[in-house]
Amino acid sequence: MTDITNQSLKEIIESIKSKKISSLDLTKSYIKNIEGAKKLNTFVTTTFDQALDKAKEFDSKPNYEQTLPGIPLAVKDLFCTENIKTTAGSNILNNFIPSYESTVTKNLWDNGAFLLGKLNCDEFAMGSSNETSFYGNVINPVGDKLVPGGSSGGSSSALAANLTPATIGTDTGGSIRQPASFTGIVGLKPTYGLCSRWGIVAFASSLDQAGPMTKTVTDCAIMLEAMSSFDEKDSTSINKKKEFYSKNLKDSIKGLKIGIPKEYRVNNMPKEIDELWEKGKKILKDLGAKLIDISLPHTKYALPTYYIVAPAEASSNLARYDGVRYGHRSEKGKDLIEMYENTRSEGFGDEVKRRILIGTYVLSSGYYDAYYLKAQKVRQLIKKDFDDNFTKVDAILTPSTPSSAFKIGEKTKDPVSMYLNDIFTVPVNLAGLPALSLPAGFDKQGYPLGLQLIGKALDEQKILNIGYAFEKNCGFKNKIKKWWS
Amino acid sequence: MSKEKFDYFINGEKGKYEVIIGLEVHAQVLSNSKLFSGSSTKFGAHPNNQVSLIDSAFPGMLPVINEECIKQAIKTGLGLNAKINNYSVFDRKNYFYADLPQGYQISQYKNPIVGEGKVLLDMPYGSKEIGIERLHLEQDAGKSIHDMDPSNTYVDLNRSGIALMEIVSKPDLRSPDEVNAYIKKLRTIMRYLGTCDGNMQEGSLRADVNVSVRKTDDKKLGTRCEIKNVNSIKFMQMAIEYEANRQVGLLEEGKKISQETRLFDTKKNETRSMRSKEDAHDYRYFPDPDLLPLKLEQQLIEDLKKSLPELPDNKKERFIKDYGLNSYEANVLVSEKEISNYYEEVAKLSDKKLAATWMMGDLFAMLNEKGLNISKSPISAKNFAELIQSIKSGEISGRIAKEVFEIMVESGDNPKKIIDSKDMKQQSDPKELEKMIKDILTKNKDKVDQYKAGKEKLFGFFVGQVMKSSGGKANPQLTNEILKKLLKG
Repeated sequence: MTDITNQSLKEIIESIKSKKISSLDLTKSYIKNIEGAKKLNTFVTTTFDQALDKAKEFDSKPNYEQTLPGIPLAVKDLFCTENIKTTAGSNILNNFIPSYESTVTKNLWDNGAFLLGKLNCDEFAMGSSNETSFYGNVINPVGDKLVPGGSSGGSSSALAANLTPATIGTDTGGSIRQPASFTGIVGLKPTYGLCSRWGIVAFASSLDQAGPMTKTVTDCAIMLEAMSSFDEKDSTSINKKKEFYSKNLKDSIKGLKIGIPKEYRVNNMPKEIDELWEKGKKILKDLGAKLIDISLPHTKYALPTYYIVAPAEASSNLARYDGVRYGHRSEKGKDLIEMYENTRSEGFGDEVKRRILIGTYVLSSGYYDAYYLKAQKVRQLIKKDFDDNFTKVDAILTPSTPSSAFKIGEKTKDPVSMYLNDIFTVPVNLAGLPALSLPAGFDKQGYPLGLQLIGKALDEQKILNIGYAFEKNCGFKNKIKKWWS
Repeated sequence: MSKEKFDYFINGEKGKYEVIIGLEVHAQVLSNSKLFSGSSTKFGAHPNNQVSLIDSAFPGMLPVINEECIKQAIKTGLGLNAKINNYSVFDRKNYFYADLPQGYQISQYKNPIVGEGKVLLDMPYGSKEIGIERLHLEQDAGKSIHDMDPSNTYVDLNRSGIALMEIVSKPDLRSPDEVNAYIKKLRTIMRYLGTCDGNMQEGSLRADVNVSVRKTDDKKLGTRCEIKNVNSIKFMQMAIEYEANRQVGLLEEGKKISQETRLFDTKKNETRSMRSKEDAHDYRYFPDPDLLPLKLEQQLIEDLKKSLPELPDNKKERFIKDYGLNSYEANVLVSEKEISNYYEEVAKLSDKKLAATWMMGDLFAMLNEKGLNISKSPISAKNFAELIQSIKSGEISGRIAKEVFEIMVESGDNPKKIIDSKDMKQQSDPKELEKMIKDILTKNKDKVDQYKAGKEKLFGFFVGQVMKSSGGKANPQLTNEILKKLLKG
């Protein structure tokens, strides 16, 4: 018998709809996989009992009209889930149980899905390797010693290891696309404002965006359809009509213009990345797309700009974790100030502290103009680069990351080399655009590599279409062997 | 009326100093819900019963602007003759405190919703214009309660997130009296507009006071000190008085004033240093990324402009023009919307000038004594107008009117009814009066002779006799005329 958990979300939904499998049996299969995959350290919290109840409930009164009928899903532990512990990978929220459900997860449940558990991530989504989590690093199913990328590392790892049929992450500077690339899956960072931020533990408010992580482009379209919505509770949410991405998925890309930005060819980039890019270009060209060389001149400033804007916002967003109302509170300290100091010293890890310090510094009087204000100006220029080029092209093709998955511990001593991993992903967040990371090939060690398709704001359908056509013609097949159980 | 001269200076050995004052008034916006959440703003609720997940800054919670608060701020801006900014930005002001759940206050820094405006004050030495620098919207913090437990502080977040308007004046105020007039004027304007109830006891109106002094011939402003969070006009005046004299004292000793934030100790009547400029917080303001910049449609501003009620300055002008009041009377009668409404109702039905005199005299004295607001007056405007008309027509004398007034206060009755039932009508029939006076003169022949011999002081005696005999109802003017006529003959 074929293992259902090997299948795509679309296939699983079809199996449920055609009653080939019950929601309960499906759920049990995933629970079995999860229990056998403790080594990967993907889950912070599991909600098996609740999931089994929900599955039974679905089976007794199935509603096949829903987008995600009876589908168990694990989600990144950055989404607040009602009555289920939500940690953001941090000790400071180790005991935090929200009384509310994030809009994005609520949308999933309203579409028929239910929660399987909460997935490990970098602390407050700050990291590119899932090594900053208070709950320990996550292991990439691609290889025993490999990081799964970050910050949505628990999500990428769990999906690649068949511990959930699809999942969601958040992407502030590449936190969906980079781990997707490292584990050979599909990841989409939607247009800023397409998915509500309400109920998601905030890292950098002007950059954070939730998105799907799936095995196929079709699955990605299904998940985006289910999770996105206009939300009055989020002032930055975009008020637009609901789109049906999966129904409208088309594989014809003939005549589309694909921009190839010269600035994404960086020094010391491994040859394999270059070759992968060439392969991607060829596939799209063979499908009838027109390749156009373009320039995004401010790309080189994107990373430093990002590492000013994101920490600045984070330093303020994380001020609420003070031990007064919820979360960890230190028992030590003789007055309010000492309580704050001890609570935050004990509660936050090194990377979070580093970013709070950077953020506090760049916003301080005397430095504000030179750092924060300058960064905001550069951000506008980066956005303008994209706007200018999107009058000429339909989408932009770049590598997702400058390298494949690296070894655990390899970059933890050198934050800057860690930050460099986001070099191709951060410009998109600064510009608020949608971008899709597609598994496209392997390096010489056999580790997966991804290509990134960047679209105009709210042009998700188009990049999904291109990705869909690409996927059919790329022939990528994940080589993961189940070594962990 | 001769105008007084402005005279608030501090005389030192080394010269005469003037006091420069600027106010930052925090006015709580009248609205049902908070600036960025749906929680109620009602005063006096049980601690932490009006707190949403947003007000208490739970993870993932986001602010959403309450449109009502925006409209209230625009209306207030229009009432202050100020420029309304079509583009404004909400910023985060970052600092840690136990009653500030977010770790930052959402405020407006570089781009406030309201720009420069002005307020007119009526001072005994003439009218004076006070410039408004800006008005911006911000969240209130919660309340820390330190005296409920010896080792713990309690926090009440009911106030957390309530909308405040910070109204910043230019340093145009020069005396505690001007501060008093300014605060009262602001309060009047906001009450007319219905944008702030101005209730200082409940903390809906508080102020930070900036004080500096300089020699009268100096052009440059002196170094200022800011006195934080003073919550009554009396305390503001006391604080200014103390602070100005402290600063003059320092200058007289040849010392420098250091810029600092001070607290006013109401028990000791002195200001104390809280923190110096060097220790000032670095609030690390930056635009709140959870909120888009606030862009106002010009149409909204125009619509609000049209919806504004008549404001005190305009009403005052109209009262002077239409009712023949003097500036002082008009000022008093427009000081509260309810008072002006009451007056207009009375004035429409009776003598305008006499109504003003009686309102500002007996009616206000009675309300004051009883601690009542005019809206709770035991005498209705209609009854009060009838009383005024009875005086004006000569039906009753001013003296009797006071008696009728007292009865009206007690019973709430119509004055006509009181006058009729108690037979208090003035005797104004000249023939009857003359008959009565003749009788009195006949009975007091000796006094008449003395009067005619030159003892004119006796005139008062005759008036007294007439009043006594008429039970106080004789029309005084007529009595005088008739007496004079008969005594001549």
